[in-house]
Order: sequence, then C-alpha cells, then structure tokens
Amino acid sequence: MENQNKESALLGNKERLKIKRHDMPARNPEERVKDFKEVAIGYSIENAIEEAKRCIDCKVPYCIQGCPVSIDIPAFIKLIEKGDFLGAARKIREKSSLPAICGRVCPQEDQCEKVCTIGKRKDSTSVAIGYLERFVADYEAEHGKKINSKNKNLYDKKIAIVGAGPSGLATAGELRQKGYQVSIFEALHEVGGVLIYGVPEFRLPKSILLREVQILQDMGVEIFTNVVIGKTITVDELLNEKGFSAVFIGTGAGTPKFLNIPGEELNGIYSANEFLTRINLMRAYNMNEYDTPMKCGKTLVVFGAGNTAMDAVRTGLRLGYSDARIFYRRSRNEMTARIDEIHHAEEEGIKFEFLINPVRFIGDEKQNIKQVECQRMELGEPDESGRRRPIPIKGSEFVTDIDAAVIAIGTNVNPIVPSSTPGMNLNKWGYIIADEKTGKTTKKGVFAGGDIVTGAATVILAMGAGKIAAESIDEYLKTSIW
Amino acid sequence: MYEIIENKSIGEGVNIYKINAPDIAAKALPGQFIIIRVHKKGERIPITIAETDKNYGYITILVQTLGKTTHLLSEMQKGEKLSDVVGPLGIPSEIENFGTVVCIGGGFGIAAVHPIAKALKNVGNYVISITGARRKDLLLMENEMRNASSELLIATDDGSYGTKGFVTDILKKLIVDDKKNIDRVIAIGPVPMMKAVSDFTKKYDIKTIVSLNPIMIDGTGMCGACRVLVGGKTKFACVDGPDFDAHQVDFENLVNRQRFYKDEEKTSYECHQKEHHKEHQ
Repeated sequence: MENQNKESALLGNKERLKIKRHDMPARNPEERVKDFKEVAIGYSIENAIEEAKRCIDCKVPYCIQGCPVSIDIPAFIKLIEKGDFLGAARKIREKSSLPAICGRVCPQEDQCEKVCTIGKRKDSTSVAIGYLERFVADYEAEHGKKINSKNKNLYDKKIAIVGAGPSGLATAGELRQKGYQVSIFEALHEVGGVLIYGVPEFRLPKSILLREVQILQDMGVEIFTNVVIGKTITVDELLNEKGFSAVFIGTGAGTPKFLNIPGEELNGIYSANEFLTRINLMRAYNMNEYDTPMKCGKTLVVFGAGNTAMDAVRTGLRLGYSDARIFYRRSRNEMTARIDEIHHAEEEGIKFEFLINPVRFIGDEKQNIKQVECQRMELGEPDESGRRRPIPIKGSEFVTDIDAAVIAIGTNVNPIVPSSTPGMNLNKWGYIIADEKTGKTTKKGVFAGGDIVTGAATVILAMGAGKIAAESIDEYLKTSIW
Repeated sequence: MYEIIENKSIGEGVNIYKINAPDIAAKALPGQFIIIRVHKKGERIPITIAETDKNYGYITILVQTLGKTTHLLSEMQKGEKLSDVVGPLGIPSEIENFGTVVCIGGGFGIAAVHPIAKALKNVGNYVISITGARRKDLLLMENEMRNASSELLIATDDGSYGTKGFVTDILKKLIVDDKKNIDRVIAIGPVPMMKAVSDFTKKYDIKTIVSLNPIMIDGTGMCGACRVLVGGKTKFACVDGPDFDAHQVDFENLVNRQRFYKDEEKTSYECHQKEHHKEHQ
C-alpha cells in the first residue's frame, strides 16, 4: 500500500482525467434472470483504487452539495485511494448510517454524481461515487471490527420512532448515537420498510439490510414489530401514557395508486406493492418452502417507469414470465428509474414500450385478466412536473393479450397515522406538514420526515430528513423549546 | 408474546383460540380483526376478533380449518407461540342506538357478528339475532349469542334444530309476515348468504351492513390485495372496512377475487398433508 500511496500522491490532474470510469461488474444476464441473487458484483480492491484516482479533490466539492446527507465525498474517496478502506467507512458513517444500502439504491445520477466536476467535462463521466460507497461499506462489513458496541444511555429520555423504513432507521441511529433511548415501532413483521418489501433481493440482498439493522440493535435501539401505530397504540398514547418524550413519524407513502380504469378489479391485476410484497417480503418465489401463493403466466405488463416498475418487471421475469414488458405513457427521456436498473432490465430482455396508456382491462368468463386495451400518446407542453405532458392520439387504440398486470404509477399517503393523531396538520393530499429545517409538525413533541411529508421520494432523501429531525429532537429535548 | 393460552375444538373443523396479546386486547372494538402468521415461513391471514379480555390481556378468535395455515394453527398446543399477531385492524363497526337491529351470522360468521350484537344491545338496541348452520352440531356459540341478543332465532339447513331452512328465510318472515319495524340489518357469513340478505333488504329499503372477507396480505392499506368494489369505487377492505353498505357491494367480484388462488391453496394443503402423514408414520 505504501507504493500505492506515493504513486497516487504524484498523480496530477491530467493523469487522473485520463482514467476511464470503471463499470460495475455484474453477473451475466442469462444466468442472473434464473434467480433472485444480487446482480451487481461490486468493485474489487483494484477497481476501487483505480476509480478513486479519478477524483480530483476539487476546491469546491459540488458532489457534497448533491448528497442529501452531505457525506464528505472527496475525503472518503481519497482514503480509498490510500488504501484505508476502514477509514473511508468511518468517514461515510459520520454522515450516513446506511452506506451499503445507499450505495446500492440511491439515484446517484440525479444527486452526487450529477454535479461531479469530472462528469461535466466533455468526453468524461462522473466519478462512480455510489459504487465506491458500496465498496467501502461491503469491505467494512467483511473486514471491520464491530465498531458499535452498546452505546451508553446519556439521557433518560425515550424517543419513539414510527416506521422502520429508511427515515426511521436513520433517525434511530442518529439519536442512539447521541445517547437517547430509542424504540422503533413497525407495522409489518420485518423491518426495513420499502427496503424489505419493495426493493428486490437482486438489487439489495436482505442480508445487507439485516446487517445494517443489526448494527442499530447492537447500539441498543429497540425494535418492536407487529405494532400499527394509530391502531395498536396511538401517537398520543406514546406521548402521554408510554413515557416517550418525542415521537418521529416515518411511515412513508405506502398506499398504492390505481389507474381507475374499467376492469382494474379483475384477477391478475396487482398493485406493485402487492406484487413485490408477496414476492420479496413473503418469499412467494419459493412456494415450496413459503406459504404465500403467487401466480405465473407468460405475458406480464408493468405500467410505469420508476424504480418500482423496474423492480416489478424484473421480478416478474425471474418468477417465470417469459415476456415481461414495461408500458409507459411518456417517452424514454422521462423515465424516473435509476439508469443502472434500466440498463440491467434491458440486458435481461425486458421490452420497453413508450407513449402507451391503458384505457381498460378485459377479462375472461372467470373474471381473470385476459387483455388490456391501450391508446398511443404523444408529448405536448410540459406539465407542472416539468415533463412534457402525454396526450392521447385519437383512434390509436389497440388490444394486447396479457396474463398479469402490475400497476406501478406511484403511491399515496397511508391515512392510519395522520387520521388517528389529532392536532397534527396535514396538507391537501393528506401528507403531514413538517418544517423542512427541523422536521417539527404542528403537534408538540411530534416530528416527521421522509415520504410521509414529501410524498414518494428516494431512500437517501428520507434518511436526510431523518437526520435533520434527529438534530432537532435533540435540541427540543435539551431545551424544551418548541 | 402471542402465546396460545387455549386451543379447543368447538365443532367439526372449528377451534376457539385464546391468544396472549395485551396491546390488542386493550384496544380492539367490535368489527375489527387481526392478521396472524403462524410460523416463520408462513403467510399472513386475517381473522376477526371474537372477544377480548382486557384484564388478562388476551383475545379470542374462532378459526375454521380450511387449508394449510389454519391446519397448522389447529395443531398448535397451549403454550406454543404464534410467529406474528398484529392488530386491531380495520374500522370498528358503527355502534349506536338505531332502534331494532337484526344481526345475522351464517355458519362461521357468528363469531364475527357476536361482539357487534353484544355492543349494539349494550347501547340500547333491540337486537334480534339470527344464526344458522347446516346441522345442529355445527351451530356455533349459541349461548353467547343468546346472551348478546334480545331475541335469538336459529335456522338449520336440515331442520335438526330451530327453523328448517336458511337464516334468510327467518329474516323474510320477520319482514314480510311479522311486519317488524327493522332499522338496520347486519349480516356476516358466506358471501352467498350476505348477498341474499342484501338483495332482500334492498327491496324493503332497510340499511344493511356486511363485513367483507377478501384476500389480505398486510392488512394496513399498503397493497390493495383486499380491494372491493363498493358503489362502483375501489375500496380497501382492510382500512376502509371491513364493514360496508351491503347495497353498494359488488359481491360477484368479491367471490371471483376470493377464489383466484384456489389451485395454489389446494396444492399447498395437499403437500402439507402428505408431509404431515409421513412425519406421523
């Protein structure tokens, strides 16, 4: 490593700029579609050091601004270059408690890597910050000593976290590190939120999620599953009867949107949440061992083009659908899924059909889905999202035979917590109103963050909101000022 | 947690279970349900809460053995623990003084209608309960239903007890012959029964509530597996129900959706029984 070190130190920016971005090694498509194991293999040590050399350690590191939790990206990359991988891990953990997850699921091309100086140059591509983060986290898991022995209780105040998704886990980690007693309440029988029921094993192995959660538990965070806050226990009861000094709500935006077109109630039409929950959380891909059933046929159509749609269609392929397709009402440019996942889907043989909108589902005599009628679209003026609005082309209707349909067009708020918590104001869509800078809701002692505030967004944004809330919970508990 | 403190057969294929679940017992109201997972590789299934004991912290459920999961449950002994129990879920039934209410429990639906009848009577309603079964020995909770009602009327398909015929025959008699002034009907049981009740009361414009039992997974509104058509609109039975205005419900769709996994359920049960048979040889 010493030689490495000297060599790197001598490296000028000119040499650095000559190095090409290192692709993420992945299992070959023919093999990987047969199972649910992870697609991306991860960098080797050599890959990681070479890629780290590409970072020019800019005077103004825009990448840090592009990261929702402001990881000191150049610093951890320079540590990789020096071969100090555990040091790099510690550097990341100053800001992020779930690096192995974020390195895998963040849409880096819209965040840190979008603003990377190298990527802005002609004929050049951004430093692979996400791949490096993932490398460091995996290296740490394999080689690092258990860093987090049980943290001390510095304060006798208890904090309740509602929801064990990314924002809840991040908030819990932060507060525990500060020395508070933290309890997480989760409605499902496993923790992780969308990371356990939504993101498939081939993109985020469950073992990695469990590893991160175990670190939290080793620190002394208590986790209670099978508790539906708002039903089993209310937020008011947490505050008044159960002795919690503050509550953080991170329940996400888990209610699926449907298309509201005729025939949507037919058998074989799933929300992406149901499809993915059956397969990921309940392991219905292994019906010999697990009890939750799932059907399989030949043609599966997934409506939508976000990460959820990619996850669903690739899951369908692995389940055994030989013809798995994406139907999207806009064009390729407007797809919101991570670029890596779109590439992986294409490599695996997923067909993408653009500018198509379903108008009705057609069933057989048993009310099972048989066909879908769609219409072709064209793009008009930009809408409020800034993307060009799709407009139906008259007379372009056509019918396609399908065996199953998955609706992946987004989610709404889940009303259980908002409707059972008096005194907490909601916006017109039912999401909780919380101060952006503090996470404070309109109810004293109650904070919120993640999708329950913003609507469906990304894992890292939810984590960022959790971190902000943790800071402000700490301040509130020390000062009692609301 | 979730320890089985009693498992007793109370009729052919029907067991009554008492489960330690203090948080749920403290909260549950009539009309609500739980989701259970029997073992670590198990599926999640919804079950109505039949009774609660806040003091001792347990809930009572009645479960009919129909497939693999319910069979596994039926074999669990006192002292064994369920992997997961979550609840109380769903919106509680509307309990008000409506006047005269007819509570109908068909077969297995009696367990679900019982807490509602009891609560309605407690707030001052005149509760006429109608319960039924195929035969006398299959009739559930007769004493409990009698205590929960102002009047209890019983029907058996073969006439071995009470009136011969269906619960709907008794309802018809009440409305047509006795010209009873009925303010509300609550019907819980097999879908054909609920549909028959609904079709009949619609003609007489009597407000009727049914509790729907579609396939569920999470039971907290995140997947829509339990979606039903009510008044032409999609509703999630787990968070918007399970009680709905019967005259608005699309029963045919409910039945079709309930039987979607019938083949898989059958295969799973048969495999389990084979395995089970081997183990016991």
